Amino acid sequence: MTAIILLWSVTAAQIMLVAAMGCYTYRLIRGPRAQDRVLCLDAIYVSAMLLVLTVGIRAGSPIYFEAALIIAVLGFASSVALAKFLMRGEVIE
Amino acid sequence: MTHAGALPAWAALLTAFLVLLGAGLTLLGAIGTLRFGSFFERVHAPTLGTSWGTVAIVLASIVRFSALGSRPVANELLIGVFITVTTPVTLMLLARAALYRDRAEGKQGVPARSILRPPRGRNQQGESGGGQ
Repeated sequence: MTAIILLWSVTAAQIMLVAAMGCYTYRLIRGPRAQDRVLCLDAIYVSAMLLVLTVGIRAGSPIYFEAALIIAVLGFASSVALAKFLMRGEVIE
Repeated sequence: MTHAGALPAWAALLTAFLVLLGAGLTLLGAIGTLRFGSFFERVHAPTLGTSWGTVAIVLASIVRFSALGSRPVANELLIGVFITVTTPVTLMLLARAALYRDRAEGKQGVPARSILRPPRGRNQQGESGGGQ
């Protein structure tokens, strides 16, 4: 019984995370300016990382943790590079 | 789902609650991003997902794998700490870039550069050098 509850709640959480990524993607396409797009890209990275974590919870395998960590690091690096580019017009001065 | 039968009832229920909490907060932040009007309001919304959304799902993962194995697993804390530390850095850089772009375009409703606290660094040296 508890296993079924866990399975359904993880499924619902994955649907919610995908819906969140859909909202961010809509804002990414529609966003009036470049900073909105960078903000949404960062948020999509975080949502994808959470989605990978929930897949790991569902599968019961610790391998997904490392993939989530790599997604978090890459998301931070790319968002900082894009914000720097918006600020200065170049990434490395 | 593998090994789910081996999970104690309290761990399964706690994991389910935390996963739903985290995903719900993330979805709430995404809807806020859709509905807010300006960029400076919008920049606050995704932090719902990066603060308690991430922490709740990380806690759920810790509970799940600690209850499955014999010893406590705290690898996921690394993700929580990393997201908590790096998100303010990203968002402050982004907000400053947006402020700079708005000022450069001369947009209305943007706070002006403070007179009381002039900007330090390269710009001030250049200005004072030009003034003398």
